[in-house]
Amino acid sequence: MASLPPDLSQLQEEIEAHARSYGLDFFPVIFEILDYRSLNQVAAYGGFPTRYPHWRFGMEYEYLSKSYAYGLSKIYEMVINNDPCYAYLLQCNAQVDQKLVMAHVYAHCDFFKNNFSFSKTNRKMMDDMANHATRIRRSMDKFGVETVESFVDTCLSLENLIDPHAPFIVRDRPRVQEEGHRPAVRRMKSKSYMNDFINPPAMMEAQRLKMEEETRRLKHFPENPSRDVLRFLLEHAPLKNWQRDVLAIVRDEAYYFTPQAQTKIMNEGWATYWHSKLMTEKVLTDAEVIDYADHHSGTLGGRSGRLNPYKLGVELYRHIEDRWNKGRYGKEFDDCEDLVERARWDRKLGLGREKIFEVRRFCNDVTFIDNYLTEEFCHEQKLFLYDYNPKTGMYQISDREFRKVKQRLLFQLTNLGQPIISVTDGNFRNKGELLLKHDPQGLELKHDYARETLRNIQQIWGRPINLETVVDEKLRLISYNGEEFEEKDIADKVA
Amino acid sequence: MILRIDQDHNRFRQIVRGKIKKDLRKHISSGELIGRRGKDLISIPLPQISIPQFIYGHKQTGGVGQGDGAVGTVLGPGDTEGNRQGAGNLPSDHLLEVDVTLDELAEMLGEELELPAIRPRGRKNIVSAKDRYTGIAKHGPETLRHFKRTYKETLKRAISTGTYRPDNPILIPIRQDRRYRTWKSSVVPQANAAIIYMMDVSGSMGEEQKEIVRIESFWIDTWLRHHYRGVEIRYIIHDAEAREVDRETFYHTRESGGTVISAAYKMCSKMIELEYPSDEWNIYCLHFSDGDNWSQGDTEECISILRKQLLPRVNLFCYGQVESPYGTGQFLVDMKEALAGEEQVALSKIENKDGIYESIKEFLGKGV
Repeated sequence: MASLPPDLSQLQEEIEAHARSYGLDFFPVIFEILDYRSLNQVAAYGGFPTRYPHWRFGMEYEYLSKSYAYGLSKIYEMVINNDPCYAYLLQCNAQVDQKLVMAHVYAHCDFFKNNFSFSKTNRKMMDDMANHATRIRRSMDKFGVETVESFVDTCLSLENLIDPHAPFIVRDRPRVQEEGHRPAVRRMKSKSYMNDFINPPAMMEAQRLKMEEETRRLKHFPENPSRDVLRFLLEHAPLKNWQRDVLAIVRDEAYYFTPQAQTKIMNEGWATYWHSKLMTEKVLTDAEVIDYADHHSGTLGGRSGRLNPYKLGVELYRHIEDRWNKGRYGKEFDDCEDLVERARWDRKLGLGREKIFEVRRFCNDVTFIDNYLTEEFCHEQKLFLYDYNPKTGMYQISDREFRKVKQRLLFQLTNLGQPIISVTDGNFRNKGELLLKHDPQGLELKHDYARETLRNIQQIWGRPINLETVVDEKLRLISYNGEEFEEKDIADKVA
Repeated sequence: MILRIDQDHNRFRQIVRGKIKKDLRKHISSGELIGRRGKDLISIPLPQISIPQFIYGHKQTGGVGQGDGAVGTVLGPGDTEGNRQGAGNLPSDHLLEVDVTLDELAEMLGEELELPAIRPRGRKNIVSAKDRYTGIAKHGPETLRHFKRTYKETLKRAISTGTYRPDNPILIPIRQDRRYRTWKSSVVPQANAAIIYMMDVSGSMGEEQKEIVRIESFWIDTWLRHHYRGVEIRYIIHDAEAREVDRETFYHTRESGGTVISAAYKMCSKMIELEYPSDEWNIYCLHFSDGDNWSQGDTEECISILRKQLLPRVNLFCYGQVESPYGTGQFLVDMKEALAGEEQVALSKIENKDGIYESIKEFLGKGV
């Protein structure tokens, strides 16, 4: 990889200084300049110069290369959350594009460094990714490409079974175990004739049951249902060392990428907000305005009907900035019912800039939308709901009501739009079978995929796998024992 | 330059082609190479393999969008399910297709099947003109208007005449601002090809067999058109007799009755003799049948027509035998025996739709 030519490195210095002057705070940024094939490679690897060998990167590469070759899309920016931040420029891009990318990248980097979601991520992931690659290559040399790659496929099938909040919450505190001591219900001291009153038998019995329940729960395995299914498998599945290693790598990388998915709207919005500010206020030359406007509108545009995260993000930041500049928040404003007064409302507070910096630190997409997407914004931006209409076989606009739009949007962002699945029993039926529970939330799993995924978990766990989920609006238990599937209604089982 | 990703890419290609890891093939979203057909454009789905995960079914979820439209406005079809992770959940994302021209498609076909380029024979060249868009002019048809250049001119004029207002930057182009693309014509030599399709339409050729012939001939057309400027295509159907038909009839006729293949070969030979002198035309004959011929004697006659009349004139003679439950498939066996080692003959057995690619490769793999 070549270092930057002098004109670009001068440009970088200039843009970096502007970014700093606006208060952006970032890790050092290193730009690499690449031809489109290398750029597609890096993009296929998720922004990293190297990953472990796997066909899906090749698939991504083919997709990117073909999209590029047929003029469908062009990668503008790519930046990885690392200290220092690495970012990439496409060699054949015009100067104005390079400026745009640089400005965009500095804002991303500020976001990586300051947003709380990223606070627990590994900032030396660049090195770790390379190490992962070496470890997997080594296993491949030892056990064969086919074997290892197939196992990676199996692990990737479970990639989304992690607990996105785990980095911030201690789910299981280590418990001081009192070995060999059977706790008894403590009785209060009393004279024998008073005993039934001071220690009523009913209460004593209830206490005893409660304690038994507690010991049972402690013996239960896992103690509490866990959404980090991958961790559970790592700790308890009968895996060979190299398999455990592969699974750990897949889990590590899944956790690394999670915050990026959790803040897609915010992160892109933030970068777009700042590239637009930096470009139009500081960096652009007169000759570049039209090309810039063309490309900028390309970023914010998109096919009609699509929700573009760049667009939604930047508009929401601007909306917040405007509200806090004019003091359009708080009880007084919310209670004001006079539409004319509301429209004219301007307390000239000028707190907007400060507010969006605060938002970028403490929010993720869910809280961003939940706290700041207002009814006015929803109407201004013409947001709508769409649904699949089984009669016509088409997607159709189904509603424009604010409350519903917001609710759907939040629902889609919750848990990254993935179903919530926990491991609840590692010794189901007292036969060492695994029981997973899907919390349905009104939606059902894609059935054929669910079965294939069960097959993959079974390969790791070795013993039969059971999934409690809803199929055709009925609570059902899908079991796979390594040879065949069995499905039955859960009500039947009880009866 | 060899990139690290090439290794992963090759592996992916091999999976898609079903060479390795066959169990993954069932997750390929689209193995078919041909998608929707527009006028000159073909959209080809890019093959994607999705690793199964616990996910929601798309149809239930719907989503949030942005833009105009009343409740009930149709956004797009929901018949294909998307499977690119993280690509959003909008209807328009569900189709992973690129539109390509037939020419590009042919190139891809060549790449996919590793076909050699065709070398047209002899001096069969006719001259023709070809247009290329190379310049900008002040006059031209509106369809060729260059938006960006026009916009720039308008902006320049507005600024220099002082009518540009930054607070209301509306620009209205006038006649003199307009810029158009222009082209240059250049003369290129042109090689012509004639393709003659023959198909057995006797009772034993069912819909499925014809579908196979249709797909295969589409690809062969595409490939040959890519290599020859002028292509003429003729269609002959036969049962016990042969007749020339148009394209539509060729693919949709179903006759009953016996099969006398030599009738078609005779007609083909006559057609070449009268209309396509072999020093001006590159000639391709393709014959599809289910391999049942009326008699052994007729098969011998076919071979003799081939040897004496057809092979000396054509670039390539292809015979594709489509597997059907009724045919004995004897014709292919006889052909193989009699014509082994002939440069210009390609014989292929097509068992089902999956066999089409292999068969195209056998036909076009010779590069003649």
